[in-house]
Amino acid sequence: MKDWRYWLAEQRGTLLAFGIFIVMFAIYSANHPAGFTANVVQTAANKGVLLAFVAMAQTLVVITAGIDLSVGMIFTLTNCMASWLVIGTGLETAFGVLAVLGTGLLCGAVNGAIVIYGRLQPIVATIATGAVFFGLALLLRPVPGGSVNEDLADFLTGRFFGVLPASLIVLVAVVLVVWVPFRRSELGRAAYAAGSSETAAYMSGVPIRRGKFLAYTLAGLLAAIGGLFLTFFTYTGEAAYASGNAYTLFSIAAVVLGGVSLFGGKGSAIGAIFGALAFRTIGDLLFVFDFDPLWQPLFQGVILLIAVSLGAFALFRVRNRLEWFL
Amino acid sequence: MDGAAPLFRMEGISKRYGGVRALEKAELTVTAGGIHAILGENGAGKSTLIKVMAGVVAPDEGMMTLDGLEVSFASPAAANQAGIVCIFQELSLIPELSVADNIVISGPPKRFGMIDRKAQRRIAEEALARAGASDIHPRALVKDLPLSRRQMVEIAKALARKPRILILDEATSALTAADVAKVFEVLKRLRSEGLALLYISHRMNEIAELADHCTVFRNGRNVASYPAGSKSDNEVVELMIGREYSHIFPPKPGPVPAATTVLEARNLSWADRLDSISLSVKAGEVVGLGGLDGQGQRELLLAFFGVLRGLSGEILIDGKPVSIASPTAASHGRIGMALIPEDRKTEGLMLPMTVRENLSFAALDRLSKAGVIDRAAEQRLIDDMVGLLAIKTAGLDIPVGALSGGNQQKVVIAKWLMRQPRIILLNDPTRGIDVGTKQELYQLMRKLADAGAAILFYSTDYDELIGCCDRVLVLYDGAVKRELVGAEITEHALIASALNIHGEGAGPRQGEGA
Repeated sequence: MKDWRYWLAEQRGTLLAFGIFIVMFAIYSANHPAGFTANVVQTAANKGVLLAFVAMAQTLVVITAGIDLSVGMIFTLTNCMASWLVIGTGLETAFGVLAVLGTGLLCGAVNGAIVIYGRLQPIVATIATGAVFFGLALLLRPVPGGSVNEDLADFLTGRFFGVLPASLIVLVAVVLVVWVPFRRSELGRAAYAAGSSETAAYMSGVPIRRGKFLAYTLAGLLAAIGGLFLTFFTYTGEAAYASGNAYTLFSIAAVVLGGVSLFGGKGSAIGAIFGALAFRTIGDLLFVFDFDPLWQPLFQGVILLIAVSLGAFALFRVRNRLEWFL
Repeated sequence: MDGAAPLFRMEGISKRYGGVRALEKAELTVTAGGIHAILGENGAGKSTLIKVMAGVVAPDEGMMTLDGLEVSFASPAAANQAGIVCIFQELSLIPELSVADNIVISGPPKRFGMIDRKAQRRIAEEALARAGASDIHPRALVKDLPLSRRQMVEIAKALARKPRILILDEATSALTAADVAKVFEVLKRLRSEGLALLYISHRMNEIAELADHCTVFRNGRNVASYPAGSKSDNEVVELMIGREYSHIFPPKPGPVPAATTVLEARNLSWADRLDSISLSVKAGEVVGLGGLDGQGQRELLLAFFGVLRGLSGEILIDGKPVSIASPTAASHGRIGMALIPEDRKTEGLMLPMTVRENLSFAALDRLSKAGVIDRAAEQRLIDDMVGLLAIKTAGLDIPVGALSGGNQQKVVIAKWLMRQPRIILLNDPTRGIDVGTKQELYQLMRKLADAGAAILFYSTDYDELIGCCDRVLVLYDGAVKRELVGAEITEHALIASALNIHGEGAGPRQGEGA
């Protein structure tokens, strides 16, 4: 086999997610009253990147064969924090941004420490820490409110050169600064190895614990970037329980759509980003077709089921039933 | 050997797991530039010994010295650092990563803090070439490779670490004869380069070819150490099992002409792996499947057991055509088939579950009334099986993963015997099992056949086929190439037909290992 074939096999999940997104977005913009304009793209991008950041966060943890049910709550907590801190002069705002990102890192590190050193199941540990994070958010913002540095917010949610949505550029920058180095670092590979086969990784002398810890910590950071952007869009902070939980669950859907295996060891955050964008577009399709918004959850669920089934088509080709279980 | 200063010594090493003594004041001396074979039954302490050496488990007491300095290893990584690298039985490869990723896993080459993929590729290609496996693509995912290729990757990975002491634990058990020959060349070259090699194998012919020095373990202690070739196979086996080694194979009853045909296949084909296979097995008969590894034997057994889709041809039970859609259908009702799988860890047992649960799984429908398990009936049947197979376990409620390999295999067999199957398919059931347990299995097989079971038995060990089978069908490239009956079953005939060579001129040149 040639090298490019191996490349194709590696990127299959990501490319599939990309394809699904392109199809969905084509249908969406073709039926949008305003058509495919910079404005439509900007609005879609701003909605999409929120889930994209949270889905990236989820990807990092899922790669280690874990799951982070607190990502939505880190997202909510950092939103509430930003509505207090990311305000004032340039220096004060910069300090606020750093404090918010630092909080995200800390939340992720706590998750990682509990799962790795406390040896608790990720699913239970993150339900508990998620509740704690939400509790803190509620203390910060018992009622919705606060404000944000509007110059910065408008800059980062606007457009560069009149056409490029700024939020997408930030997303790409985060991929280049956080994801790519992680993917290519020794610890990133350790995270993959731990997710694929922890015993084999241990036997091979892989730094499993440090790899997993880094994955959880960076997940906290990415969720915090999402929370920061939520504040930029809404100009306020709100400890919204339903919305936090929805982001957690949608991030899992986006990750699966993006070709990341829930069994760990396989997938890419880039796939998850396309998964998130596709998932968002599915929700928006209803508006362009003028359906009652009441139909949205049902419709979204059905489309999600269909999209995930695409990945299962390979099973029809399996002629040895034992391979079903691999 | 005696003149050289020892490179590595273990003295007075003891290790207990719960109440079980795995090692009891064991000693071992390793010298550079030699191949040291370690022999012993399963459960003799070999695995624990190498785990201690490789830093996987910490000994309770004892001392290890490397170059005369005392050492201790907190983790496999620490042992690697000291130059001790162990090739486990495909335990240490990460399935979702590529071959190259796996080869450099413990210390990938880096540039600017990130993994240098070009350098990684170069190292991987070099290591694969050194292991004689340049046919493996460095970008292929490990999970897509067959078992024998994975083992080659495992060897390449070990070599890439530039070890001083290389431990091979049953490293050739999954290899084809051609690969074994290549690996042996590599090992001999490494010896001449001054490495110390520790070689653990159940295959006497491999040890005879490779080893300079042998140490036999029994019950957690080293009971004998001698230069290779100074003892006969029989003497060695006696040392290993601590009793006289005789009549390992039970006598064959001779032909049973009156028996009825129970299992029959006509023109069975599947994908490009099975090529119009016809065969029949009578009640009370043990029919062997021979040939080189990977010629369709495994697929044939899976085809009978209802695992393969898109099968063409006919399967007949008691002379009537049947269609078997799943393992459940195969094991139920009048078919009454059982398959003892090759890989007991994934296809035979649920390792974390208890011995009791594992034993009952295949027979739950027979043990239940209205969907509720009849505990008393279950207990009776389990007691019978534990007694019949002499399963050594500290209790029925411990995880089956805690048993030794031989006893795990007995549990797999017992699990199926609980259904009292009429047709028993065995897929290389003695791989990686000690001599004592093997002997018990041979006797059991004959006992079941005498009680009227039809047995189809695939083995990679020619001695077993010769010793156990009434007839042997030799497969080559998915088709039955030759049928050997009774006295025709000789090593020479088996090897010649396995290599698909006709005529008597072909010698057993590539015989060992396969």
